[in-house]
Amino acid sequence: MWIKRFSLLLLLCMQGILTAHAVLKIEITQGIEGATPIAVVPFAWSGKTAPPEIMNEIIGADLQRSGFFSPLPEQDLISKPSDATTVNFADWRALNMDYLVVGKMYSLPDGTFQVQFQLLDIYKGKQIAGYSINSRLPELRTTAHQISDIIYKTVTGVRGAFDSHIAYITVTQDRKKQKLYRLAIADSDGYNEQIIYESSKPLMSPNWAPDGKRLAYVSFTNGRQEIYIQNVITRETQRVSNFQGLNGAPVWSPDGKYLALTLSKDGNAEIYVLNLQTNKFTRITQHNAIDTEASWMPDGKGLIFTSDRGGSPQLYQVSLSYGGVPNSQPKRLTFQGDYNARASVSPDGRKVIMVHRENGRFMIAVQSLENGRFQILTNSRLDESPSFSPNGSMIIYATEDNYRGVLAAVSVDGRAHQRLSLQSGDVREPAWSPFKNIQY
Amino acid sequence: MLTGFKYLLIATFIVSLSGCKFGPVKDRDGVTDTEQQQALTDAEKAAEDQRYAADMASSFAGKALDDPNSPLSKRVFYFGMDSSQISTEDREVIAAHAGYLAQNPGVSIVLEGHADERGTREYNIALGERRAKAVLQLLLIQGVSSNQVQVISFGEERPVALDHDEASWRLNRRVEILYSGY
Repeated sequence: MWIKRFSLLLLLCMQGILTAHAVLKIEITQGIEGATPIAVVPFAWSGKTAPPEIMNEIIGADLQRSGFFSPLPEQDLISKPSDATTVNFADWRALNMDYLVVGKMYSLPDGTFQVQFQLLDIYKGKQIAGYSINSRLPELRTTAHQISDIIYKTVTGVRGAFDSHIAYITVTQDRKKQKLYRLAIADSDGYNEQIIYESSKPLMSPNWAPDGKRLAYVSFTNGRQEIYIQNVITRETQRVSNFQGLNGAPVWSPDGKYLALTLSKDGNAEIYVLNLQTNKFTRITQHNAIDTEASWMPDGKGLIFTSDRGGSPQLYQVSLSYGGVPNSQPKRLTFQGDYNARASVSPDGRKVIMVHRENGRFMIAVQSLENGRFQILTNSRLDESPSFSPNGSMIIYATEDNYRGVLAAVSVDGRAHQRLSLQSGDVREPAWSPFKNIQY
Repeated sequence: MLTGFKYLLIATFIVSLSGCKFGPVKDRDGVTDTEQQQALTDAEKAAEDQRYAADMASSFAGKALDDPNSPLSKRVFYFGMDSSQISTEDREVIAAHAGYLAQNPGVSIVLEGHADERGTREYNIALGERRAKAVLQLLLIQGVSSNQVQVISFGEERPVALDHDEASWRLNRRVEILYSGY
């Protein structure tokens, strides 16, 4: 395997819009041999000052991170056309490029920007996608991610997930060694970090509502586990569970009406489903072992959860009827090794990812729910909290690097790897947002 | 009941422990922020009180809980990996705590359960709770009232040892007894 190591120096230009404290630096740790070659030419810009965002760099970095594309380095571009009419296809064929992206951006009198781009198929010698998008300053990066999504969808047939967010927990220490826990969200490339909530007590287990606007999470702010729901836009916050004992592992149902969670109010850790409209809790599991870390099937008709009822933590599946009532005995799903926990089901419902222990190391593994095929995807020792991108092509997870908590991502086939780290402190428990409600 | 010799053994063990870094918890997380402090629950306050008391152990005034030679001064119990089994020696110390609590029904404690950093966070929270509840069961069967005990699990969120190796993990898989109200 061909290993490529370079750091995309994602220098932070925090336009003063957001209370950004840190930025996640992304490093591609392992690229893919045979990734599709594509050239993304700098967008023409007519302004007198420097362009407000370097669109081709944002798009190129997105495509690179997907593992599916291998963008041509800018210094290797043979020409810099900004329009399909001035493209010499033979030149790009000679460079073995499959695709070419050209574009231009100009400012309008009302202060907004017009961004045009064309995606060209070099071998067919024609345009296969082209859009003109009106944007404004704080949203230019979003526009670039939307362009990446259009390119990805046009070439692969799969919806792109660049215009999405990740939520995560950061932990830093001040000079007096006081810990500060933050719940943050950022764009999928680590930019535009926004702090949603902070506390001197542990925060855990962020999980996105299917509307992409609310997060459920666990806070120890009042001394012990409690579950909150917070709207990331209005910051409106609601406590939904504070029973005696555990109040953990909240996960939204695909229709947004229920929250699966773990409570120990009836004795020990059991899974419950909370109806968010009626505030009624339905108990799902009945066992004196630990049952926790539920993940919904995408059709809402079942949960996969962690249980050590067989002596070691393994994944089990239970089916639910409408309204979150269990209608089957839990069925054990995993048999590889003595530790498989914290399931996350793929958006298409065909795979489940988990934390798997082997030889004392904790790694991310994937198992097919169709044929049981099992594959270990990572090669480190303290991996946790895997979360699927909304298109199911990438998995983001938490790991440790040089004794620091960092995030890493791996393509679902295990081939492309990247790492996202804070400048200081730990970052952990990533959760990838659902798609925004934009259809291309 | 413990023989005098056993007490001596335990006391020796405790004295040797107190010379190490991993004695009673000295973590004072969150005590500076006044707003946060107002939000503290009674249990949390109890925990903070206990931490303060642990730091001030030198002001021993003759009460049983302050006696560094009493088995009651041992308030941290360690566990094996993935395990909530309590060792035989710890059972004897816990019996001493049970005796004290049964005789002093006005005294209450918090049992804090913890896990090492390996494995998943929510499972570890449940594992920490199972460890704390294993201690709770021993206390209850020896006459302690459930009103005297509150169980809180922090899982892997509050380690006392910060290295990423077996020596630290061993110290982090623990249950702590935090006394309040004396």
